[in-house]
Amino acid sequence: MDMLLVLPIVIPFSMGIICIATWGQRQLHRLIALAGTSSLLLIASLLLLTVQQDGPISTEVGNWPAPFGIVIVADLFSAIMVMMAALMGFCVVLFSFGSIDPQRERFGYYPSILFLLMGVCGAFLTGDLFNLYVWFEVMLISSFVLLGMGGERAQLEGAIKYFALNLLISAFFLSAVGILYAITGALNMADLSLKLQTVKQPELVPVVAVLFLVAFGIKAAAFPFFFWLPASYHVPPVAVTTLFSGLMTKVGVYAMIRVFTLLFTQQVGYTHGLILVIAGFTMVTGVLGAMAQYDFRRLLSFHIISQIGYLLMGLGLYTVTSLAGTIFFMVHVIIAKSALFLVSGIAQRVGGTYDLKKLGSFYRGYPLLAVLFVLPAFSLAGIPPLSGFWAKLVLIRAGLETDQYLIVLVALVVSVLTLYSMTKIWAEAFWKDSPTYHEADIEQAVEAIPRRDYRLMLLPLVLLASLTLLIGLIAEPVMNLALEAAAQLRNPDLYLQAVLGNGVRP
Amino acid sequence: MTSLILSAATRLILPLMMLFSVFLLLRGHNDPGGGFVGGLVAAAAFALYAIAYGVDRAREAIRIGTIPLIGIGLLLAFLSGMVPLFGNRPFLTAVWTNLSLPIIGRVNTVLVFDTGVYLVVVGVTLTVIFAMAEADIEEDEED
Repeated sequence: MDMLLVLPIVIPFSMGIICIATWGQRQLHRLIALAGTSSLLLIASLLLLTVQQDGPISTEVGNWPAPFGIVIVADLFSAIMVMMAALMGFCVVLFSFGSIDPQRERFGYYPSILFLLMGVCGAFLTGDLFNLYVWFEVMLISSFVLLGMGGERAQLEGAIKYFALNLLISAFFLSAVGILYAITGALNMADLSLKLQTVKQPELVPVVAVLFLVAFGIKAAAFPFFFWLPASYHVPPVAVTTLFSGLMTKVGVYAMIRVFTLLFTQQVGYTHGLILVIAGFTMVTGVLGAMAQYDFRRLLSFHIISQIGYLLMGLGLYTVTSLAGTIFFMVHVIIAKSALFLVSGIAQRVGGTYDLKKLGSFYRGYPLLAVLFVLPAFSLAGIPPLSGFWAKLVLIRAGLETDQYLIVLVALVVSVLTLYSMTKIWAEAFWKDSPTYHEADIEQAVEAIPRRDYRLMLLPLVLLASLTLLIGLIAEPVMNLALEAAAQLRNPDLYLQAVLGNGVRP
Repeated sequence: MTSLILSAATRLILPLMMLFSVFLLLRGHNDPGGGFVGGLVAAAAFALYAIAYGVDRAREAIRIGTIPLIGIGLLLAFLSGMVPLFGNRPFLTAVWTNLSLPIIGRVNTVLVFDTGVYLVVVGVTLTVIFAMAEADIEEDEED
């Protein structure tokens, strides 16, 4: 049990260490990265199965008892997120094999990815608020390296914006943790959850809650703190963008969900109402920003923001159904959005640009890519029977159940606008004739990619695209899992028991 | 621009500093000291050597590269955390044996962890210092 819980952190860590000890050996690093991410995937599925059967489990690191020591704890939501992180790591590493230049590979590309995965898994699994901060930093350091590596001018510009904003997050986060510790004298989240109910200065609690909301809101790129994301996400290689879009903002949302289901549930009307407003604005601004874009990756970056709105909507409604919708949506959007980024990467490799105005003719020149684009794109827009349809259906039903008609309306309109954006990509990159080349050029360019690279790039894309279809077709088991995870979030008794033991207060 | 006084003094000071860094490392469990400060002192010793004899000679003196040094340090720290897992205790629990050695005392995983920290600090500090010193040399050559 102890072993299983720390392995998602330990595996990427140990593999990263071996990479550092064998610095500069490209082929070996590739092998280690593949071994690391595939074993992580295996362990993550094992963890998910165990948690599903036995309920939340926890271990006390260093044998220091909770609530004083740091606990590693996995409830169903954490386990699902670790699973998604592992899946993303695996797909991105495969795609990197076919697309990353040898220069980056020699300068520690794979160890950075492994350490990033360690940070992400750590953030999903920790039961301690300060430890969460530490995992955020681990993640940040690795992401700075991945973002800045290569040292192109645009890259450094993006990296600086990203860096500045993330320092700000750290400051907010740390002050919030500090104030919380001053009020309650606790850092363990389960312990905090109990102590916040009987706190002596209840008027300070909403203040801290909003501080956390701002810190995690910036991290998650929610309205009005989203501007850093489209300014930095389109500069690194597409494999890195995919990993970031799949994991980094989602960690922010995860932290927000954790904090606002476990700690700040005293004044739901105020805090969760605020989240709902933010959710609505995030959806709208994201999708409107996307409409003006003609750069493949920038357009998708704005869509990340818009999707974050849906995730927050489920948290803001704060019912079991809506939280289940958020979890389902999380799984769906990580898969579908990553697939779209990978499509943009292959389109760039073939067409030579990310500019939608210059791309074109892919439908006739490269029909396979067109199919692989349509699946996740329609899924993102919410067309049945793909995964996005069910995710949105559940969220909208939850909205209707709680009589929040305005947010439901916003969600529906944004859905249509998302479809518009996806249609724009389709019309520009796939349907129209390119102004700069002919469809025969596309066939030639595809032929020109070394076969091995080509297969390695296509494999993760096919995997993700079929997953989004598969989750849509057999939505029920996934939905049941999400419902169960949401029930654990909405009523955290099992979580508290796992961390603090049976003897502790109700 | 090698200075005779500096290089002669370095030959005397370097072993002393290394000895002092190991002393700090071993002392660290109950008294001020530990892997971090110990590592900094050792790094300072090698930095002094690099100033006196040049970066290339300093790299030779360490024998293995500075980046693999970080890897080995992390590996030691990591393995010390893994040991208790095999005795069915949580990750990173301190394990103490009854085996007693001179100077070190009872054999334990805490010291292994600290040694790992020591090596990581030496590795990181020297990677940075050497990289900066070499960047300087390149600039001088361009002039």
